[in-house]
Amino acid sequence: MRRVRVLVGKPGLDGHDRGARVVASALRDAGMEVIYTGLRASPEGIVKTAIEEAVDVIGLSVLSGAHEPIAEKVIALLKKEELKVPIVMGGVIPPEDRVRLKELGVAAVFGQEAKLEEIVAAVRQLASTST
Amino acid sequence: MREPHTTRSGTPIKPIYGPADIAHLDSERDLGQPGQFPFVRGIYPDMYLGKPWTMRQYAGFGTPRDTNTRFRYLLESGQTGLSVALDLPTQLGLDSDAAEAAGEVGRVGVAIDSLADMETIFEGIDLGKVTTSFTINATAPILLAMYQAVAVKRGVPRERIAGTVQNDLLKEFGARGAWVFPIAPSMRLCVDVIEYCAAELPRFNPISIASHFRDAGATPAEEMAYTLADGLAYVRATLDRGLAIDTFAPRLSFFFYTYVNFFEEVAKYRAGRRIWARLMRDKFGAQLPDSQKLRAACVCGGHSLTQAEPLNNIARTTIETMAVACAGLQSVFTAAYDEAFAIPTELAARTALRVQQIVALESDVAKTIDPLAGSYFVEALTDEMERTITALMNEIEERGGMVRCLEEGWIQRRIAQRAFEYQRALDGGKVPVVGVNVHRTEADAAPEIHRGDASAEREKIDELNALRGRRSATAVARALDRLEEAARSTENLMKPIYEAVEAYATVGEIGDRLRRVFGTYTPPTGF
Repeated sequence: MRRVRVLVGKPGLDGHDRGARVVASALRDAGMEVIYTGLRASPEGIVKTAIEEAVDVIGLSVLSGAHEPIAEKVIALLKKEELKVPIVMGGVIPPEDRVRLKELGVAAVFGQEAKLEEIVAAVRQLASTST
Repeated sequence: MREPHTTRSGTPIKPIYGPADIAHLDSERDLGQPGQFPFVRGIYPDMYLGKPWTMRQYAGFGTPRDTNTRFRYLLESGQTGLSVALDLPTQLGLDSDAAEAAGEVGRVGVAIDSLADMETIFEGIDLGKVTTSFTINATAPILLAMYQAVAVKRGVPRERIAGTVQNDLLKEFGARGAWVFPIAPSMRLCVDVIEYCAAELPRFNPISIASHFRDAGATPAEEMAYTLADGLAYVRATLDRGLAIDTFAPRLSFFFYTYVNFFEEVAKYRAGRRIWARLMRDKFGAQLPDSQKLRAACVCGGHSLTQAEPLNNIARTTIETMAVACAGLQSVFTAAYDEAFAIPTELAARTALRVQQIVALESDVAKTIDPLAGSYFVEALTDEMERTITALMNEIEERGGMVRCLEEGWIQRRIAQRAFEYQRALDGGKVPVVGVNVHRTEADAAPEIHRGDASAEREKIDELNALRGRRSATAVARALDRLEEAARSTENLMKPIYEAVEAYATVGEIGDRLRRVFGTYTPPTGF
């Protein structure tokens, strides 16, 4: 069976990547192939890497409050490329914004207190439906 | 029998401590009097009996006008110092209209493009009286120049301008991520600020060596070790510049994180003061007592706060503030209960300040100096922390020092590993956090939160365009050319930056010239 491939992206200007790294480590520990973009990944760069690496899921970590404009951009670019890769997001995201993000097309949103096993399970589930 | 307890730093905690645990302690040698070497009991003879710690709430958002309003509110509420939060474009040397800045303007702090913005932020605030701290690093020289320029314009004598710029790039590479230039030119700019302040701004702290490693995952002992190791790197770089130790060491300041693990936090600070005092005296020959003092501010909150049941965070920051008061720090920022949601509402910001005021005024902690001294547990733990911190600092030295360890990614990998271990311990219920993995309420209502004003970005861009129209383009170009030339030499860049700022050159324009000369940092890959 092909290993699940996940892109963990840290878009925006914020440099707090504790969450992104912890989630990346958990996904790798769960046997997935994880590509981490590093800080300040552009939406264009994220989509380009997603294509090149043929990932099954894209995870985005945003703590700065800029989650909405960032999600909009990445989703628009994915549509342009006709790429159907599900997006999950995590970070400092107020509960009411989660609804808005889902409306935009984000498949799942995780808060600071999500358990790693929940995130791993959700990613695995999304990967199985996307391929 | 149950498993023995351990500190967050991983050392065992005994069920009970007694006289034997501190039998070796020589009070004069190991603790000293308050205000005396090795400053374990505090860096001033009277500590809070003279005046309580500075209550300095980190604030700033939206436009300079929004921030000015919040600052005046905080000062009217009894806050004693200002602390400016800057938005990410300002921190990274980008103007509000830069493509990368879209969606981030005024978001996590106030947007500053030019001197005009700094003038607005401090409108109606006496810069000869207030002390202001800026959490600014890569662009610290620019923001410092702007602050000085505002004060000078208002006739404040430069020897009265007081405050702090964080100006600590090593922890940006190690933990916080707001780097711009590569490590070597970053160190140069940092030392430029230290050298400039030593000569021009005697009351300004040119650096606040900060411990964001903790919030990224490090244990308390690792936090202190990495931060003091950064301190050593800055001391060495400034000595290499040709400054004598006692001309700049008195103005080095530190910034730490305080979490709920009360006793260990108290011990961490007391141990840190002892280590720093001995290093400065014995390793660098610092003679002035002020050069040997670990002057420190801290934040109570950070990663110790939860999004679940946010009002619980008030209890957490209260315990943390008590720890800081028992540990004798100089300045405190208590994070607001809604920190895990967004930047604080006015109510949350006021309540956070009230936590400090209640600890300072209603509890008796500020009525005597170093109230936990002599406690079997606290003194034994102070020694234990000192051993753990010193061992790690020695390992860093053996690996070539902090700069080398950061270049190789050793620090970053260690911190990420700790963060992962902690998360697994949390998920597994080994570290109890009330409301998260014990005593959890499902579907708790979210508090009312601060909503960023989407018009701030538009407003800021319009202002920037207006500014570009009314300033002298030739004066700006001349100042920027002169700065670029200076950057290519080894000249201290503070003066050319000051001249550029006076001509209303923007953060982005100055940043671009420096990027052209220095390039940008590339972090180690992996996670």
